[in-house]
This record gives sequence, structure tokens and C-alpha cells, in this order.
Amino acid sequence: MTIADYTFYGFAVVLITAALLVTVARNPVHSVLWLILCFLNAAGLFVLLGAEFVAMLLIIVYVGAVAVLFLFVVMMLDVDFAELKGEMAKYMPLAGLIGVILLMQFGLAFGAWTQAEGAMGLRQAVKPDLVEVENTRALGLLLYDKYLFLFQTAGLILLVAMIGAIVLTLRHRRDIKRQDVLAQMYRDPAKAMELVDVKSGQGL
Amino acid sequence: MVGLEHYLAVAAALFVIGIFGIFLNRKNVIVILMSIEMMLLAVNINFVAFSSFLGDLVGQVFTMFVLTVAAAEAAIGLAILVCFFRNRGSIDVEDANVMKG
Repeated sequence: MTIADYTFYGFAVVLITAALLVTVARNPVHSVLWLILCFLNAAGLFVLLGAEFVAMLLIIVYVGAVAVLFLFVVMMLDVDFAELKGEMAKYMPLAGLIGVILLMQFGLAFGAWTQAEGAMGLRQAVKPDLVEVENTRALGLLLYDKYLFLFQTAGLILLVAMIGAIVLTLRHRRDIKRQDVLAQMYRDPAKAMELVDVKSGQGL
Repeated sequence: MVGLEHYLAVAAALFVIGIFGIFLNRKNVIVILMSIEMMLLAVNINFVAFSSFLGDLVGQVFTMFVLTVAAAEAAIGLAILVCFFRNRGSIDVEDANVMKG
């Protein structure tokens, strides 16, 4: 066992533990925090695999954006989570059964799995030597050249998602005061203030 | 020596935990969305593991696209959730029957 192996087992164990705690945590805020730990450990695994760029992307996109979005929504919604969690014990047997069966199926598929003979010949973009071209550079060369159309489509998906999220959550509230720019611009300073000569001892 | 099989096992366990979480938190949409994120992460681990051990960069490119779609899905899902909460006052998906004819 080398240091890399120990690191792998460390990351893997923490990853699985954090994932389990996401599902069973009583407080959703704790769930999100465990999810962040989960993503960080997955990023560690990616670094071990030599995919530094994807690892950093995972930290920036998932931990920096998605998890914070989750945290924001959890804190914004005023939900009685204890009530939702109350029936968790009821679903535990079914969920456990499905999980175990699925795991066994994965195990069965895994036992019979072998690599196809021509698999190495089917590679679309053979990874260049790390000494010549580092991971980020190689990915960029591939992404901006061969997969440019897919890259643009991904950007379009993000745009559509952004517009959709805004449209879904935007609402115009009638009962609050808003700035009326036209009313401000067309305001006549001469009529804005009225001087009243109030005699002493009398009201208006 | 840690090989491809180890990473695949971790990803499979993560995927199963994601499905387990969906069935366990039937009422709490937020945790269901988090479970879906974990399942997508498991898929990403598979992609990157195969990419690394077979020496093919396409797996990592595809991981980035999965990441993009996962981020979009989380944003839309949470927006729908906020909308649902405004209308119903709860996030219990078991009584989400507004669209029932």
C-alpha cells in the first residue's frame, strides 16, 4: 500500500459516510453541509485520478454554487422539518430493501464485467503525456476544438435554466412601494412645496 | 494497488445511497434533490475513473457536460420548489396534486 492508496481509501470512506449522513440527517442544513463534504472528497478522488481541472470545477460549481443555492433555499423556506422527518422510520424498510437489492445487482453486473478486446482502439481522444500537455490544457484543446458545438449547447442550457429560474420565482407584489421613475422626472419643483403663513394661536 | 474496480465500487455505493435517500425522504424535496445530485456525482466518478484508466479525455469532457446539466437542474428544481412552497405553504411532495385533472 502506497500513500496514494491510503489517500484513496480515506477519501472513499469519508465520501460514502458523508453521503449516508446527507440522507439520514435530521436537519436539512446539516444535510447540505454533509453534501459539501461529499463533493470535496469526490474532488479529492478526481485529483487522485489525475483530473485536476474537473476536480477544481467540482469545487467551484458544486460547493461554490449549487450547495450554497441549496443552503439558501433551505434557510429561505420556513418549513417544519421535524414533521417531515417524523415518517422517515416508516419508509426505512422499503428504502433499505431497494438499496440492498440494487447494490446486489451492481455486484452481479460487476462480477461478470470484463473489458472489451477492442476498447483501447475505440478511444476518441487519447490522453497526451502529462509532461508535455497538462490536464487543463489538454481538456481546453479538446473542448474548444472537437466539442465546440456541445460546449455552446451547454452554455445555452445554462442560459435557459437561468431565465427559467428567474421567470419561475419572480413575482410582482402589489402591496409594497416601488420607485416610479417617470413620476420623479415629471415632478414640478414649483408645485412641490407650499408655503403657508400660519397665524400664531391658530391652526391650519 | 487501487485500480479501476475500486473507483467503480465507490461510485456504485454512492449511486445506491442516492436512490436510498430518494426513497427515505419521500416528503422532503430538498433532500430528494440532493440525492439526485449525489447520483449524478456517482456517474461523474465513473466517467472520470474510466477516462483516467483508459487514457481517454472524452470522459472528462462529458463530466463537464453532466456538471452543467446538474447545475441547471438544481437551479430549476429549487425554483420550482420555491414556487410550490409559495402556493402550498409546504414542501410535502406527497400532496403535490395541483396538476391532477
